[in-house]
Amino acid sequence: MAGQGSVRVTRKSDNVVIIEKDLATEEMVLSMGPQHPSTHGVLRLECRTDGEVVTEAEPYLGYLHRCFEKHCEHVDYQAIVPYTDRMDYLAGMNSEMAYAIAVEKLLDIEIPRRVEFIRVIVSELNRIASHLVAIGTYAIDLGAFTPFLFCFRDREHILNMLEWASGARMLYNYIWIGGLAYDVPSDFQKRVGEFVDYFRPKAVELSRLLTENEIFVKRTKGIGIMPADVAINYGWSGPMLRGSGVQWDLRRNDPYSIYPELDFAVPVPDGKFSDVGDCLSRHLVRALEIEESLKIIEQCIGKMPPAEGFDPRAAVPKRIRPKAGEVYARAENPRGELGFYILSDGKSTSPLRCKARSSCFVNLSAMKDLSKGQLIPDLVAIIGSIDIVLGEVDR
Amino acid sequence: MSFNALPQSSMPLLMGNSLNAWSDALTGFAPMGLPLGLLVIAAIPLVFIALYALTYGVYGERKISAFMQDRLGPMEVGKWGILQTLADILKLLQKEDIVPTSADKFLFVIGPGVLFVGSFLAFAVLPFGPAFIGANLNVGLFYAIGIVALEVVGILAAGWGSNNKWALYGAVRSVAQIVSYEIPAAIALLCGAMMAGTLDMQEINVLQSGTWGFAHFFLFQSPIAWLPFLIYFIASLAETNRAPFDIPEAESELVAGYFTEYSGMKFAVIFLAEYGSMFMVSAIISIVFLGGWNSPLPNIGPLALNDMTTGPVWGAFWIIMKGFFFIFVQMWLRWTLPRLRVDQLMYLCWKVLTPFAFLSFVLTAIWMIYVP
Repeated sequence: MAGQGSVRVTRKSDNVVIIEKDLATEEMVLSMGPQHPSTHGVLRLECRTDGEVVTEAEPYLGYLHRCFEKHCEHVDYQAIVPYTDRMDYLAGMNSEMAYAIAVEKLLDIEIPRRVEFIRVIVSELNRIASHLVAIGTYAIDLGAFTPFLFCFRDREHILNMLEWASGARMLYNYIWIGGLAYDVPSDFQKRVGEFVDYFRPKAVELSRLLTENEIFVKRTKGIGIMPADVAINYGWSGPMLRGSGVQWDLRRNDPYSIYPELDFAVPVPDGKFSDVGDCLSRHLVRALEIEESLKIIEQCIGKMPPAEGFDPRAAVPKRIRPKAGEVYARAENPRGELGFYILSDGKSTSPLRCKARSSCFVNLSAMKDLSKGQLIPDLVAIIGSIDIVLGEVDR
Repeated sequence: MSFNALPQSSMPLLMGNSLNAWSDALTGFAPMGLPLGLLVIAAIPLVFIALYALTYGVYGERKISAFMQDRLGPMEVGKWGILQTLADILKLLQKEDIVPTSADKFLFVIGPGVLFVGSFLAFAVLPFGPAFIGANLNVGLFYAIGIVALEVVGILAAGWGSNNKWALYGAVRSVAQIVSYEIPAAIALLCGAMMAGTLDMQEINVLQSGTWGFAHFFLFQSPIAWLPFLIYFIASLAETNRAPFDIPEAESELVAGYFTEYSGMKFAVIFLAEYGSMFMVSAIISIVFLGGWNSPLPNIGPLALNDMTTGPVWGAFWIIMKGFFFIFVQMWLRWTLPRLRVDQLMYLCWKVLTPFAFLSFVLTAIWMIYVP
């Protein structure tokens, strides 16, 4: 038996640290954030720490709250689109698309086919850009600086293309209700094709530099394991849920736009390289999804209808005043399911209620469970793997 | 082995042909009873650290990392941004010297000083070429290993004195790390000392000189020398808090570790100390395993490359170049690898490096006894 004042620290198989001690030591309250390099914005975690071990971490939100939902009740349906950009600012196109789908469902309007293709191309490009940020910042969380800059270098090409199409780098206001702001530039498909060819070897390089790195695997494998059933109960979605081994992708399971016509896989970890549900699985899902997005973009370029006689604003309604009713539409965002619930009273040109179901917010809710008994470096690894964008969490 | 054993031919006359000619001359220089020469000896490493940290340390690291990351690095101040570090230093000098109100003022102020003194004192026994060494101790290597431990005091003073939780975490991590890694580092260096049969830094160098250049280096003198060489290199990364062992200042976990609260000139001194110890460990590894100030070029028949590149000035050139090479490797690793976790770091030290250090110690002993 241990003597007086001794401390035994054991690590269980699911990587939770158990501390037994004869001499009581004081717990320290450590406020991690809102100004902390690895809380990805303005998340604040109030950690109770026992040495390096976090016994409990409570997330505090709201530092970036901008009253999105209340604003929506006071502006026209069209004017909400720029607000959706500012929710998940790393994937503006995807958010716009989810919102546009919701209002189009409410209005029950038909969208030109070319518009659908352009929407899918730009949102898949944005998905790659968003995953690159997720992977790059995750590398920084674990102390590897170079992969981060490689990711941002390649993301820059995507942002340039999206800027070419929409005029803005991050906050696009490109996907309008019923159509698009503009058609894509004439050489857009060619340039996108060139980017796909350029990016494939870079993705391999990135995976060799980061994903296959021994230290990286050691830092992430078996850390922050979330079993599939618990993940479903928490309402997780997107790469987080797929990281737990559930093959759930709204582009497949609740298809919208032209996704049923496209051939792409929904990658889930098989448990060989990583333990299913750990940080490494979530990272792997994102890395593999980049390749699937590239496939989707390639197919869309090939199948896209010609630009002759195409008016991107043909189906854009001048004045939106939907019939009284409600609608919920959802889309697969880079971070999971983004849903919009819209309630219309049939009289006003702005919604009576507009509620956004944010994937980051739901994913983050499991933080308290995941952080119990983790070391501080593991806590950082777990926050990074959740890939939160505080703009969407707080709205 | 005495100094007389040194082949005179390998020491061209530049300024005295005996060992330590320059530093001995300086020590004797004491006009009016004032030991001005000793002051100069003390000032030389200081000036060297400052110059190298400014040029190769900060500017070089930024340019090297930029090269690895498809960037340009600093380009604005001066041609290719060469004056960038100077501008940074001027900015740091102008900054307000902030001491947090709740900090322990005394510890907070002396922390960076002790840290810098720890790395600077080790320079006393680093031979900058055959003609110059600050203090020719006969236990030079032992002194260097021991004096570096002073840095721990500085780090702990800085971390505790800041009265900041992140700084405290950084300090505690750092102390645990440096104290642990001193064991494999010291044992690995002992292997070199055993091959030399002395702890005198100059003699270790002298023993590795010869007309065959690199073939006389201890790394190539024994079939197992690569093991302590590797162990010391890994341990030295941890001792200087460099990646992948930079957990005391892990910027994504602990904000900036033990120097979170520091700004202005105190911050610059901490930086200087870090670069100072980077060169110090690089110089020690090159002295013990790679011949220190000896030229790596061999004499090939009539082409006496070794003789041509030996001498006091050449010696300074070689040791600084070897040191810079290892600093380059340190930077290379820093910009490539992620960071280890605290427990993985301790695992590596106690369960991998230390046993292998003992193994290499025993193997070197056997080699030294049974193989002539």
